Amino acid sequence: MRNRRSRLRAVRCLGSLLALSLFGFVAMAADQPSTPAHPAIPDTLQQRIVACTTCHGVHGEGTPGSGYFPRLAGKPAAYLARQMQDFQNGLRKYAPMEYTVRQLSPAYMQEIAEYFATQQVPYSRSPLPPVPATALQRGEQLISKGDPARRIPACASCHGTQFTGVEPSTPGLVGLPYDYISAQLGSWRTHTRATLAPDCMAVVANRLTDSDITAVAAALASRQLPADTHAQAAGSVTPPLPCGVLGATGDTP
Amino acid sequence: MKWLRWLSLLIVVLIVLVLGWLLFGRSGSEPTPPGTSKVTATTLHDPALIAKGEYLATVGDCAGCHTAQGGARYAGGRSLATPFGDIPVPNITPDRETGLGDWSFENFWQALHAGKGRHGELLYPAFSYTSYTKVGHDDALAIFAFLQSLPPVHQPAKPTLLKFPYSVRKSLVAWRALYFTEGEFQPDPAQSPQWNRGAYLVQGLGHCNECHAARDSLGGTPPDVHLTGGQIPMQNWYAPDLSTRQNGGLQGWREQDIVDLLKTGQSARGVAFGPMAGVVANSTQHMTDDDLRAIATYLGSLPPRALPVAEAQLFNADAIVRSGEKIYAQHCAQCHGKDGNGVAGVYPPLNGNSSVTEPTGINATRMILLGGFAPLTASRPRPYSMPPFAQQLSDVEVSAVASYIRRSWANQASVVRPDDVSKYRHTPID
Repeated sequence: MRNRRSRLRAVRCLGSLLALSLFGFVAMAADQPSTPAHPAIPDTLQQRIVACTTCHGVHGEGTPGSGYFPRLAGKPAAYLARQMQDFQNGLRKYAPMEYTVRQLSPAYMQEIAEYFATQQVPYSRSPLPPVPATALQRGEQLISKGDPARRIPACASCHGTQFTGVEPSTPGLVGLPYDYISAQLGSWRTHTRATLAPDCMAVVANRLTDSDITAVAAALASRQLPADTHAQAAGSVTPPLPCGVLGATGDTP
Repeated sequence: MKWLRWLSLLIVVLIVLVLGWLLFGRSGSEPTPPGTSKVTATTLHDPALIAKGEYLATVGDCAGCHTAQGGARYAGGRSLATPFGDIPVPNITPDRETGLGDWSFENFWQALHAGKGRHGELLYPAFSYTSYTKVGHDDALAIFAFLQSLPPVHQPAKPTLLKFPYSVRKSLVAWRALYFTEGEFQPDPAQSPQWNRGAYLVQGLGHCNECHAARDSLGGTPPDVHLTGGQIPMQNWYAPDLSTRQNGGLQGWREQDIVDLLKTGQSARGVAFGPMAGVVANSTQHMTDDDLRAIATYLGSLPPRALPVAEAQLFNADAIVRSGEKIYAQHCAQCHGKDGNGVAGVYPPLNGNSSVTEPTGINATRMILLGGFAPLTASRPRPYSMPPFAQQLSDVEVSAVASYIRRSWANQASVVRPDDVSKYRHTPID
C-alpha cells in the first residue's frame, strides 16, 4: 500500500515535471522503462532554494547558534536583492555567498528576496559575550543618539526609531547576533563589505573606533524586541548622510 | 660530472636561441597600424559581420576571462591565477590607451593565430592560442569586427606577477616548441560536415582542451593529449574526460545528453557546475542547436580509452563506505534517491555520473562542501539547488559520503580521504 502510494506520488511528480520539461521526461522514460522509487520533489521556491535555507533557515530565521548566518526574514526585499547583487559584483566579500549567487538572474534574486522579506517568524536571541556595563551604555548612546562631536550619526536615524529597518532598502538591526554586527562593521572598514557609492555605512564604520564597534554590537544585540518588528514605512526617516542605496549619487567621501 | 651538467645546460641554451631565431626571424615586430590594414573600416562596420562576431565571441566565451567580477564586459582588469604567478587579463574593448583601439585586424590575427602581441612579443599561453590558432581567418575577422564595435572602456591592465624564470617572456620560445603548433583547422574529408564543424568548434574557439586535458609541470598539454580529462590548476575542479566511448568519462552519454547539458545546464546524465556552470550560462546555452549537435557528434567519435589502472586501496575502504551510507540516507537520498538516480530535470543522478566518478574525487567532495544552484539558463530560469554541507559535516563525514557515492550502484571509483577533504575545504572559491 505504502509502496503504491509512493509510486503514485512519483508518477504525479513526474507529471509536473512533464510540464516543466517535456523533453527531459521523454528522455528519462526512454531510459528507464520501469518507474523507479524517485523521491517526490515539490515545485516550490522553498524547495528550489535549499542552498540558501540550509544556513539562513527555511523561513530566513538565521542560525542563532553560529552567529554568522544572519536572519533574513522580514528584511526589506530591495535590501536583500541588493546584497545578492553586491556579492555577485564582489562588493561584498564572502566566498560561499559569492559562489552561491554568482549566476542568479536579477529576476530570480528578486523572487528569492521577496520570499524572505515576507516571512514572519519569531526572533531568537544569540548569546552575548561579557561586555562591561560602561560599554553597553556607550553603545546605547551611539545607537540612539550618535556622537555629534565625531560626526557619528545614530543608527536610529536611518534604521528606524526601533531599529526595525525602513522600507525599501534599510535593514533592521534588532535581533541580529553580536558576532554578525561586529563582523559587518569591521568588514566595512576592511573593504570586504561595500555597496553602491556613496557608501554611507563605510563612512560611519570608519568613524567608529574598535571599542565603539564592540559597544554598538553589544547594545543592538542585547536590545529587547519591540512589539512591532516590521520595517518602518518608506520615507519615514531623513538620512543624515548621502547613501547610494537610497538613491544618492556621487563618490563615497 | 659537473662538466656534463654544464654541457647539458649549454645545449638547452643553444636550443632556445636557435628556436628563438627561427620564430622571431620570421615575424616582424612593427605593429600594423589600423590605417594601413588590408581590412577597411567599411568591412569592420558591417552589421552582419559584427553579429556573426558576437555569436563567435560567445562561443569562445571571451567574456568569461576578459571580464572582471562586477566589471564591464570584455574590459579585462582582472588577473588569472596560474601555478607560475598572476597573469593580467587585458582589456579587449576598443579603448585606444588600454584596449584594442589601436589594433589592426592583422595584429589581432597574429595574437589569435600565432600567440604574439602587437609588437611581436610572445604571449603567455594563459591566452589559449594553443586552441585559437585553429580558428579560421573569416571567423577571426568577425570576432575582431565585433570587439571593435563595443563601447571603449578605459581600464588599465593589472601588473604581471610571474615568478622567475617565467617572468622572462623569451622563455616562451622553449614552451612553444614543446606545446604549440601554429595552424588553422584542417577539415577531415573522410568525416561529415557536421563532424568537422564540431571538431572545429571543440578544438578551436571552444578551447575545451584547455581544461579537459591534464597539464604537466610546465603548464602545457602534450600534443597527443586530447580531451582525456584533467584537474584544472588553481581552480581545483576536475574537468572530465569527454569521450563517450569505452572507458571514456562520458561513456553512456547520448548525443542528446550532451546537447541538453550545453543548452540547459542539465541532462539526464548530470549537471554542469563549478567553472562549467559559467561556461554553459555565458557561452554554450547561446549556441545554435546545429552547433551543439555538431559538438556532440564530434565528442561521440572520440576514440575509446585504455582501461585506467586500478589504484591499490591504502586503507579499509569498506568501513568508510559503510559509514557513508548512513550519511547518504540522512542527507542525500531525499533528493538524489536511494538508487542514486536523482530526479529527472531536477536533481542529477549520482549513479554513473562522470563528475562523481572522475579519478580524483575533487568534484564530488567540493560539491558536497559547496552545494549551490544548477546553471541558470533561458530554459531553466529558476534552477533548484543543493545545500552546502561544509558547515554540517566534518572532513571524515564528507570523505565517507563522497566515498560511498563513488563506490555505490554502478560506480567503482576510489575512496576520498579525510585529508583531501580538508585540503579542498580550504581551496579558494574562484
